[in-house]
Amino acid sequence: MNPAEYDYLRQFLKSRSGLVLSNEKQYLIESRLLPVARKAGLQSIAALVAKLKEPRETALAEAVVEAMTTNESFFYRDKTPFEHFTQMMMPEMLKARAAQRKIRIWCAAASTGQEPYTLAMCLKEMEARLAGWRIEILGTDISNEVLDRARSGTYTQFEVQRGLPIQLLLKYFTQAGESWTIAPELRSMVQWRKFNLLDSFAAFGQFDIVFCRNVLIYFDQATKVDILGRISRTMTPDGYLVLGAAETVVGLTDAFKPAPDRRGLYVPAAVAAATQAAPRFSALAGAGRV
Amino acid sequence: MKTCLVVDDSSVIRKVARRILEDLSFTILEAEDGQQALERCQETMPDAILLDWNMPVMDGLEFLAQLRRLEGGETPKVVFCTTENDVGHIARAIRAGANEYIMKPFDREIVEAKFQEVGLL
Repeated sequence: MNPAEYDYLRQFLKSRSGLVLSNEKQYLIESRLLPVARKAGLQSIAALVAKLKEPRETALAEAVVEAMTTNESFFYRDKTPFEHFTQMMMPEMLKARAAQRKIRIWCAAASTGQEPYTLAMCLKEMEARLAGWRIEILGTDISNEVLDRARSGTYTQFEVQRGLPIQLLLKYFTQAGESWTIAPELRSMVQWRKFNLLDSFAAFGQFDIVFCRNVLIYFDQATKVDILGRISRTMTPDGYLVLGAAETVVGLTDAFKPAPDRRGLYVPAAVAAATQAAPRFSALAGAGRV
Repeated sequence: MKTCLVVDDSSVIRKVARRILEDLSFTILEAEDGQQALERCQETMPDAILLDWNMPVMDGLEFLAQLRRLEGGETPKVVFCTTENDVGHIARAIRAGANEYIMKPFDREIVEAKFQEVGLL
């Protein structure tokens, strides 16, 4: 792959998905796109680039975006966000939404489904408190291929052993050889939709809790600011935003403020300011801190 | 530094597990079967036990039952690590007092995740 081809692919991926590749990521392009090229009957990245430049090459363009944006996921990834979810976000939401009895959750980069299904398991474990409630979980991803896997709810032996406690594997999965499939009642708790974070969120309505983990790191500064701004406008004013362990809003946007003592958790700035006199988290500051 | 007793009749598995667990800052003890493992535990009770199922002399399940009856034998976190990968075996191991279960083949990430799960890391 020559520098011009690499530049073309960088521009192509940036405009299609927001993905920003630094100068030293040629290896990533080659390892992920050579299989795509060969599947399309092309012998090299150069041939792939030439084909992408042809008008109406939408299927190949989509395959390239999917191959470059697919990232590994696992159950209970980083653990802490799910402790925040069950020990703080959900109890707070159950109080705040007592009249409506409805909570909407969005996993904005759902990948192969482990994060939304982890939330479904968390909810199932607290179902005694959720009788009569409607909890929606929407999982979106830019890749059709990973969403198909997510919809199937079927995982390899390796995948179910990364982060998923053995008790929950026994409780919520059925085994077929070396594959494990999540229970239908958990699968039905999640809705899936192909979605590019660069597109408008207008059709989604409002969410109470948004998980947008380990995806902003792939975007440049301006795209991060834009996405965070649009997420803030699609959230209820007392909602929660969860970012990845290596991500933050600090220095990027004033739309969110970090939740005190809760790494990776953010709240809309207007609410954070309004509750400064009577901190929203005071009741939980001692108990349930993780 | 925490100690982990690696119990497996395969020297290759013991070597692989030792490398992974030493990287995770454990001091490693080894045993080739359940009987040897019990003797090790009677000398020094480890913090963790990575335990194969099928072994000569005494298998992992029998070892676990006897371990839990020893004085102090309830304290080690026991993580099975076996090719017995079906629901029935997993459920039996949990009922017998195992804390976690690794289905072979395994890699470093799985061992790390399981040891984190039971509070060893």
